[in-house]
Amino acid sequence: MSDLSYIKRPNRPLQIYAILFLVVLYLPVLFIPLFSFNDSVYVKFPLTGLTTKWYVELWSREPVWNALWNSVKVGAAVAVISTILGVIAARAITRYRLPGKNVLVTFIMMPLVIPGIIFGVALLILMSRLGVPLSLFTVTLGHLIVCLPFAVATLLPRFEGFDKSMEEASADLGENGWWTFWRVTMPMVFPGIVASLLLSFTISFDEFIMAFFLTGTDPTLPMYIWGQLRFPQEFPSILALSALILFVSFFVVFVAQYFGRRGLESDQ
Amino acid sequence: MTHADAFILIDRVSKFFGAFQAVDEISIDIGKGEFFSLLGASGCGKTTLLRMLAGFESTTKGEIYIDGQPMSDVPPHRRPVNMVFQSYAIFPHLSVADNIAYGLRKKKLPRAKRREMVDEMLELIKLPGYGDRKATQLSGGQRQRIALARALILRPKVLLLDEPLGALDKQLREQMQLELRALQRQVGITFVFVTHDQEEALTLSDRIAVMAGGKVLQVDTPEGLYESPKTRAVASFIGNMNFFPATVRRNGAASAAIEAEGLGTFPMPIENITQPDGAPVQVALRPEKFSLTPEKPDTAHAVAGKVCEAAYLGERSHFHVAIEGKETPIAVSTPNQSRGGREAREQGIGAQVWLSWSPESIVILQGD
Repeated sequence: MSDLSYIKRPNRPLQIYAILFLVVLYLPVLFIPLFSFNDSVYVKFPLTGLTTKWYVELWSREPVWNALWNSVKVGAAVAVISTILGVIAARAITRYRLPGKNVLVTFIMMPLVIPGIIFGVALLILMSRLGVPLSLFTVTLGHLIVCLPFAVATLLPRFEGFDKSMEEASADLGENGWWTFWRVTMPMVFPGIVASLLLSFTISFDEFIMAFFLTGTDPTLPMYIWGQLRFPQEFPSILALSALILFVSFFVVFVAQYFGRRGLESDQ
Repeated sequence: MTHADAFILIDRVSKFFGAFQAVDEISIDIGKGEFFSLLGASGCGKTTLLRMLAGFESTTKGEIYIDGQPMSDVPPHRRPVNMVFQSYAIFPHLSVADNIAYGLRKKKLPRAKRREMVDEMLELIKLPGYGDRKATQLSGGQRQRIALARALILRPKVLLLDEPLGALDKQLREQMQLELRALQRQVGITFVFVTHDQEEALTLSDRIAVMAGGKVLQVDTPEGLYESPKTRAVASFIGNMNFFPATVRRNGAASAAIEAEGLGTFPMPIENITQPDGAPVQVALRPEKFSLTPEKPDTAHAVAGKVCEAAYLGERSHFHVAIEGKETPIAVSTPNQSRGGREAREQGIGAQVWLSWSPESIVILQGD
């Protein structure tokens, strides 16, 4: 052990702490997929038997597919719009001399710490005042507020990370602003854009509070789950659905992380 | 150089950033095919001036003409100039060949022709066969060459270079200096080169503009700047210089003399003196203009002194020689093959020596 440097020495207490941390964080969540394979309507130990019938039942339910489709539509729209807005904001913040830039960034990031219920109620009041009927459009609007800070936070380091003389070099070599954006800026921030799209989609896909206030007659997937919680006999199917959402969310976030990191490494 | 045949004409150009004036009414003419350097310490406005030539900064006042055309309303992508950036700004997502061919998109060339032009450029910068490499796999010197090729392939009227050798180590830098000069002769394009390294400017340039505080102090050939600087600032910026506070002594209209602190009074040709009698001036003498001898030489232009510092530099030796009547010692540089230099070095610090100079090597500067 003496040939290892001070900082690289294995730290036993820290390793134990890390494992404990992950267990406390994810053990409760792991019960969801566990019980989704349990052959009983009641969620309790001991498990009575292994089954996939809840998943099969889920497959044949029309409303689930509708809700899924609603969530995908909203998620896709939110991902695209918030990423476009994020690109514009990140470019403006990093490329132009803006008075009060720090204040602006703080305000963009604010929705991260303001409770969703406040934004939800505020938007609901605004919509009813304006006479806008609640629909998937109002849900999309609400989700944009939630997702935009994540999009900007993902894209900002990408824009900060690259030398602005790259864009000048492109202009110098004869390309106008439009072509410079497509030939230099876009490829260089591309990993950030992919990460932002995936992250925004996931957040919108899983979001409940805004949807709770702003959904009309078409429920998103989390709203559908909420609605089904009233019926005990439906509960195992909901667990199956939740397990699937959990899995997809994890997967998408990992992919987003991978793109975000790969992009930063390729800059060196 | 007359105004009329200037290829680049910088006409009373000023640049303000808010209240800060980066460039102060600069006027420069640059000839076609010239290797022209902007030399100055950081913050002197040289890079701002270069960026105004490229179009990345607007001019607050004045106008820049390139090949007779005013440039104020021409955006960077339409200017007949190309730039080599200090950071090189090589596109990391493209291959070497795609970097070099970047500016050719609008020319709509057939693929084979494009390839041929890129290969020609790779040949020119001595990196043949590197086309398929990723730009991120290159060393500093190689990136620098790619940046050059990327700009030169467009056959610009003017190539702008922003301290392109600054990031390279000494040996590579000296090699690139020679290559850059050879390349410029080969392609015959006007180069405007920004540097803070006076040696680099002297080595490369046809003419140099020495800048300080947003102003041009002097525009001249390397020899002109070194041998006859017009101001003390230029004289001390280019190479080493000894300064002696002095007074003009005019003896009627026919002859004149200079009375310099430490050097005594000596005659000067009257045509070299424009100042009135009694005017304070500075006498400037380069360290290598002094001869160092152990005995009193056979000339009136000599003074006795004592060696107080000596440094051996291989080809030359540097001495600090204290003389009577002058507070700061005189810097002297002698070739090690000369007799006086060798003897002074052998005797070491404290040796009594004589310094002599020829009156032609003296530069008279305005002011005290």
